[in-house]
Amino acid sequence: MRRRFSVTAWIWLLVAAAYFLIPLIATLLFSIKDDQTGKCCSLGAYGFVLHDHQFWTSIRVSFVLALETIVISLLLFVPTIYWVHLKIPRLRPVLGFLALIPFVVPPIVLVVGLLNLYKGAPGWFYAQPYGFLVAAYVILAFPYMFFALDAGFRSIDLHTLTEASQSLGANWRTTLGRVILPNIRVAALGGSFLTLAIVMGEFTIASLSAFNTFPTYIQLINESKAYEAAALSLMSFGITWAAMLALLFVGRGRPGRAVQVAATR
Amino acid sequence: MAYLELQELRRAFGPVVALDGINVSMNKGEFLSLLGPSGCGKTTALRLVAGFDRPDSGSIAIDGKDITHLSPSRRDMGMVFQAYSLFPNLTAEQNVEFGLRIRKHKRGARRKRVSELLELVGLGHAGKRYPHQLSGGMQQRVALARALAIEPRVLLLDEPLSALDAKVRVQLREEIRRIQTQLGITTLYVTHDQEEALSVSDQVAVMWSGRIEQKGTPSEMYGAPATPFVAEFIGTMNRLEAVVVDGDRGEVEHGGTRLTVDTARGRSRGERVLVLVRPELLELEPSTNAGGDNSLAGEVITHTFLGSVTRVKIVGSEAELTADVPTARVGSLPVGLKVNALVPVAGTRLLSLTEEPSSDGPDPGDR
Repeated sequence: MRRRFSVTAWIWLLVAAAYFLIPLIATLLFSIKDDQTGKCCSLGAYGFVLHDHQFWTSIRVSFVLALETIVISLLLFVPTIYWVHLKIPRLRPVLGFLALIPFVVPPIVLVVGLLNLYKGAPGWFYAQPYGFLVAAYVILAFPYMFFALDAGFRSIDLHTLTEASQSLGANWRTTLGRVILPNIRVAALGGSFLTLAIVMGEFTIASLSAFNTFPTYIQLINESKAYEAAALSLMSFGITWAAMLALLFVGRGRPGRAVQVAATR
Repeated sequence: MAYLELQELRRAFGPVVALDGINVSMNKGEFLSLLGPSGCGKTTALRLVAGFDRPDSGSIAIDGKDITHLSPSRRDMGMVFQAYSLFPNLTAEQNVEFGLRIRKHKRGARRKRVSELLELVGLGHAGKRYPHQLSGGMQQRVALARALAIEPRVLLLDEPLSALDAKVRVQLREEIRRIQTQLGITTLYVTHDQEEALSVSDQVAVMWSGRIEQKGTPSEMYGAPATPFVAEFIGTMNRLEAVVVDGDRGEVEHGGTRLTVDTARGRSRGERVLVLVRPELLELEPSTNAGGDNSLAGEVITHTFLGSVTRVKIVGSEAELTADVPTARVGSLPVGLKVNALVPVAGTRLLSLTEEPSSDGPDPGDR
């Protein structure tokens, strides 16, 4: 039997769609106005952005920062959360509490603290975005990575899978790499793309520590070029959506499913 | 010399003593079941053998070599778990192949072994399927094939059938026994299901409260339980508390009724004993005014249909008794009928009530 939508449901759907789509459409219409005449339609703003080398430089810096943050976060948090789930589950709430701290501490406080903390650090770390900013972004991404991975670890029978792997002769590294990681792949990807989104959009820390990243470039354009700023906003929106689609695509990949737990220990 | 030997294994979790110094010896190729209720320590014992946990004291040896402190990945133990434990990201074939890849076997040899084992467990056609595409029974078969693939020194099975439905359970336990016999693999099986343990094992060890109450062949465990707990746990048993009144003639007194049982001969007068009678040995007949020799009077209170026999419960002045009566005959014993339950002179077990196990008594496993 076909399910029928009520009129109220349709109205709410349209209101929600309008809430999200109207600003996007308005931004799109604004971004395709001609820079000289202010009338429709020109792709000049997009052309300017795409031909501006600062756009490519800043987006490359932000992408590299995001990738570095993702790799360091995964290397740091996957084994830690795995070990806590497996051996010291009573520490899980403590980790959960620590993961909430970046939500509570404002970025401005965080950056001032970090600048002081790393004041004596070597130049390759302190003066480079790939050193200092990554350290800050790993902290910022901690809650997103932790809660995504935590949910992933809770969805599988970690003890049984680990013990099954060990009984077959696998050591800890093999167990983590060949058995556990493939089964928390979607959670790790989820955490990774949230991290990507955070890093691609983070402005305060980058700006206050005087590094040029994609968000600081958007801000720079926003101050001087209205149509280009609108075009850039839409393009960054598109990048975020592309990342989310990539997550959906990769996550759907292989047919293995989370383990079906038949019994408790 | 025993192939697998657990000596004085002790493991406590805080104040809870899970294993209280158990001793188990297994010969090569033997199938031993650890049987007991939840919390008796059987899974703890198995996990110590697998290496997933360490004993507080005691030792584990295989073929004379101490493996107590060896990591699980170096013990060469195949294990089938209670929970479905197949790796969800791998197909049935890849699951079976996993241990062989770890051991760096050549691709051709791996493929051949995987195919043989999947055939052995009757799943030659399902190698390409992922765990979620297999039923529970099929998953446990693959888990068995995976455990056997590495040619383990000992196969460990931790209640592998408990999540399956009754029919599959019976089918699979028979297959496990067939495969174990065929391969001659030493197998330690943990279960709380007495029927399962009695039907597949060479030896059964009944555990209770972290100790081994009794170890023996299935028929010994059923026919000659050594302790009241074993008597109660394995099958159904009528327990009659009695006092020996004449050890020469084998007479005991239970609730004012004198009974003669062979096993009471030679006991000293006044000794408190427990007379144990299996339901299939009790005979029921409609009560006569005079009552019968060696019988207890009672009234039929329930019938439970079990197929070829019906379990009849009667309540007497001192105790409730259970008797198994051929179903064809049960019509002559309706509920409410006064009956006499004839206690056989031979075939009963007798335990001295001073032999009741206590937490600080001698290790029953040594009996």
